[in-house]
Amino acid sequence: MKRLNILLLIGLLILLVLPRFLSSYVMGVFILIFLYAYLGQSWNVLTGYTGMISLGHSLFLGIGAYMTFLLTFTLGVSPWIGMWIGGICAGVVGLVIGYFGFRFGLKGVYFVLLTISFAEIGRLIFLHLKVFGSFQGLFIAPNFSFANFQFRENIPYYYIALGYVVFSLIVVWLMERSKIGRYMIALREDEEAAESLGVDVFKYKMIAIFISAFMTSLAGAFYTNYLYYLHPGTMMSMAFSIEIILRPIIGGMGTVLGPVIGSFLITPLAELSRTYFAKAGYEGLHLVIYGFLLVAVVLFFPRGVISYIKKALAPVLDK
Amino acid sequence: MNVNLLIQLGISGFLLGGVYSLIALGLSLIFGVMRVINFAHGEMMVWGMYVAYTLLLWTGIDPFFSFLVSAAVLFFFGYLLQRTIVNRILDFPEAMQVLPLVGMAMVFENSARIIWGPDYLSPQSRFSLSSVSFGFLTIDTPRLLAFSLAVIITLLVLLFLKKTDMGKSIRAAADNRTGALLVGTDVNKIYAICFGIGAACVGAAGGLLVPIMPLSPYIGAPFTLISFIIVILGGMGSLTGAMVGGLIIGVAESIGPELITNLFHGVGLDLDFPQTMKQVVSFFILIVIMLLRPQGLLGGKKG
Repeated sequence: MKRLNILLLIGLLILLVLPRFLSSYVMGVFILIFLYAYLGQSWNVLTGYTGMISLGHSLFLGIGAYMTFLLTFTLGVSPWIGMWIGGICAGVVGLVIGYFGFRFGLKGVYFVLLTISFAEIGRLIFLHLKVFGSFQGLFIAPNFSFANFQFRENIPYYYIALGYVVFSLIVVWLMERSKIGRYMIALREDEEAAESLGVDVFKYKMIAIFISAFMTSLAGAFYTNYLYYLHPGTMMSMAFSIEIILRPIIGGMGTVLGPVIGSFLITPLAELSRTYFAKAGYEGLHLVIYGFLLVAVVLFFPRGVISYIKKALAPVLDK
Repeated sequence: MNVNLLIQLGISGFLLGGVYSLIALGLSLIFGVMRVINFAHGEMMVWGMYVAYTLLLWTGIDPFFSFLVSAAVLFFFGYLLQRTIVNRILDFPEAMQVLPLVGMAMVFENSARIIWGPDYLSPQSRFSLSSVSFGFLTIDTPRLLAFSLAVIITLLVLLFLKKTDMGKSIRAAADNRTGALLVGTDVNKIYAICFGIGAACVGAAGGLLVPIMPLSPYIGAPFTLISFIIVILGGMGSLTGAMVGGLIIGVAESIGPELITNLFHGVGLDLDFPQTMKQVVSFFILIVIMLLRPQGLLGGKKG
């Protein structure tokens, strides 16, 4: 598999020099590709590797975004530091959800509903907090500097977002090769068998949800300082959770590269169709297409696009 | 604490709860027979609302009659959805069944947005603003009508399942799929009809809601969640559980915020619990029920 690594390295080098040749708009699309790849990867840690489906990951993003904002706004803490504190908060919330879900043995749909419940309660609470602008949402007046995580141009955001993706790839790659990752996969495939072999199922599920929530919320700092606008109704909604999970599902859950491949496929499509359909007066049509895609992928390619790419590349990579 | 207000809210919530029951009945029926959770339930209800709304706009027929058309249209949708998608995912792991139906929820929601636009609509129907008084109580006529019709439909559906041949086949297929196949039941057809009936219930409920609340393409998801909560509260697959759960959630959402606000003030907190957060009450009930009594109030088997 050495050749795969070389291929990935070439890919990374191309992405590093690419901004020189891109317009600001296209660079914006790339930034979204990276952001969604990162979010998808964070979700993948929990759902892809342990099989517990979460439809509430927007909660963790929201916690990260609002904590980072709050720390900057009240104490003047730089987002670069605040994001880690937000990450720990989200991780703890993840542990609380995990404790209820895993201790009480909620599986399948019940766990999905538990994550939705927590996310919705979180959304409704954030929506009513005056500090966060209540129903108007929060506009952030940018004050450009590196320490503030706010930049005039798209280029710094591009590299930071790329950094996020590389960071998540390394974390998940290391996790997959470690004992933790192997235990997670074992309990995903057959929980009872794993348990009877002595895997502490509860512990490893808790680790998974903590890492997943922590990583998701780190993107909150980026989201806040890239869009300068926060509203629980959009970024903490179930619709946004679906945005998060769509790419890893299409790319391939439980694989290191699946979320990235999924994002490279779906995000440009989403952006183009969003702008194109909106111009033609069919706002929302891209979401109809998303919906059908989700159905089609689960029915016909349940293991994601990556399994086909692997098959196609096998002759090149296995030599 | 204002007791009159609480009673007023409680009755109003109870009446809405009757419609909730009908919505949840559809979900519970589908789950009880196919073991599939319809994640597009609320979005299908919104289609029921828009069908009734469009008829009101074009022909002036009151939603309290045209809900029958909503039910028929949604029966067709449900039948088709089962035949094309749901039938293929019956043997999937439970978790993977969620995603295609979430996808269909997006399709229903956003196609409604494209067809009818994103804005809130509150059509004026004949009974919109009328009300009846009993002593200090005032009850909206549309709520009373919607409640009565919802209860009648619910009872008819239960009767249909108990007494008719088709109903018996549905219950047989729910109890034992292989057994039903062995005695020559066309299980696929039964499943499709059953999904159709479940969708028709929620379509009818949508029609009944048109005079009560403003409609928009995006109000579906909360209803999907509310119907899950009701079904889990009552007991997955238990049809009477869905009825009882609907009424409980209707009342809880209605008086919950007022009670909690009073509680806050009682302990000296200067906090209000606004009506717009009423769903928090239901979600809280859901979490408690899932943890302490996952089989639900009336569910027999452990779910």
